Amino acid sequence: MNEFLAMSGYGKYLWPSFGLVIGIVVLNLVLAWNSLKAAQAQAKRRLEMQS
Amino acid sequence: MKTPALSVAVLVARRDLRLAFRKPSQLLQPLLFFLIVATLFPLTLTPELSRLRDAAPGVLWVGALLSSLLALEFLFREDAQDGTLEQFALSGQSLTWMLFAKTCTHWLLTGVPLALAAPLAAGALGVPTAAMPGLIAALLLGSFAMSLTGAISAGLTLGARRGGVLLSLLSLPLAVPILVFGADATQRAIAGDDFAAPMYLLGAIAVLGITLAPLAAAAAVRIGLE
Amino acid sequence: MNWVWFHRFGSPPWVYGFARRWAPWIGAAAAIAMGIALYGGLVLAPPDYQQKDAFRIVYVHAPSAMLSLAIYSTMAVAAAVGLIWRMKVAHAAAAACAPIGAWFTVATLGTGMLWGKPMWGTYWAWDPRLTSELVLLFLYLGYMGLRAAIEDPVKADKASALLAIVGIVNVPIIKYSVNWWNSLHQPATRLIGEADMGKGMVWPLLLMFLAFTLYFAAVFLVRLRAELLRRERTASWIREALT
Repeated sequence: MNEFLAMSGYGKYLWPSFGLVIGIVVLNLVLAWNSLKAAQAQAKRRLEMQS
Repeated sequence: MKTPALSVAVLVARRDLRLAFRKPSQLLQPLLFFLIVATLFPLTLTPELSRLRDAAPGVLWVGALLSSLLALEFLFREDAQDGTLEQFALSGQSLTWMLFAKTCTHWLLTGVPLALAAPLAAGALGVPTAAMPGLIAALLLGSFAMSLTGAISAGLTLGARRGGVLLSLLSLPLAVPILVFGADATQRAIAGDDFAAPMYLLGAIAVLGITLAPLAAAAAVRIGLE
Repeated sequence: MNWVWFHRFGSPPWVYGFARRWAPWIGAAAAIAMGIALYGGLVLAPPDYQQKDAFRIVYVHAPSAMLSLAIYSTMAVAAAVGLIWRMKVAHAAAAACAPIGAWFTVATLGTGMLWGKPMWGTYWAWDPRLTSELVLLFLYLGYMGLRAAIEDPVKADKASALLAIVGIVNVPIIKYSVNWWNSLHQPATRLIGEADMGKGMVWPLLLMFLAFTLYFAAVFLVRLRAELLRRERTASWIREALT
């Protein structure tokens, strides 16, 4: 396991790289979902204001 | 009957030149800005001429870009504000040619003086006299290309709030190839090497700019005026 | 030829429903593919002869780079379609692409820096590919900035579309810069054929490319829904879509 984490000495470059990209993957999911929720709330408010 | 596009262009060019010379102080501002920027570097970096010489291509070209961005503000904004640009767009004449004329006069008024004054700044940065002709040639070509690409970003930011900062951000990606090749040409001229290759590339960019940039700028202006 | 399918893509309510239905499935497929590819790349693939385990960064760096370029191209095409055929859906699609593309350009630059330090000894070099990838980030930011700065939504759509199209010249420069200039960054490695990466190394990379593409599709469809809602102020289909 320790060998796996060390990655022949390159661990301190490798794991932050993967962490960065996984982080961006998750972040984009969250941001997209929030954006949708916000747009839905706005649209709902607009509809209520009209009727 | 539609006036030939070239005569329209000449008319617009003459108008722009006449208007510009009524406010000569405005003409000097970008030039002074360039000289000040070039002077700031020796003050802040190092007075050693040999080290300054290494930095000179970058300093000169970044200074030229910043000065060009400052001058681009004047390209369209006044005409957009007083409605002249709208009249151009509605006139039924070729907006592309009219904007090309405006871009050319803009370059004559800002780019050419900058290129001719550059030896002053370059000398202060330790650039040898032998490199000056190459420097002027590269800056003439490069500033022309920057005026062309800048017209696109100036057109795009017409309808935007606080367009000035955005203008700089948008102009940067398009200006990068010009900066890269221009600085390379200057670097080689300073070293005394043959600088034909980057000059050809600068020329190619300028030619591409002449053919495409006015079209894009006209499209951008039409969108901005809607 | 039956053009009905094409015209459907011009209809906001149809696209909204399509996105709502398909995004979850595509997302699930992406997650599975990514999981398998990660396992294949981190555990199964043998270490490289020269780079030892550092080469594994390719499994996130190359797909990120691919996305950064592919998304920009998609955005530019959508923008062109929107300008030429005046399709609201196309403009919405272009807007949906931008933030995702920008983030993956950041990912490319970041992983590239972390790979460059052990391999070249420096986090950064002003070589053509790195510089033009940075310029790509500026293009994305400029695109989003222009959209935000123009108040009228229709004008914002059109102006940013023009910017996206003008910026497309950067994409071939990034791709081919390693061939045109002597560059620090290595040229593309042949993925299939002789003298390529070892066998155990290739399939996780290809699978990662697929996974990232599916992931982008899923996130894009979510953002697209949001963009469509923002553009359809008073349309009747919204009432039903929100229930």
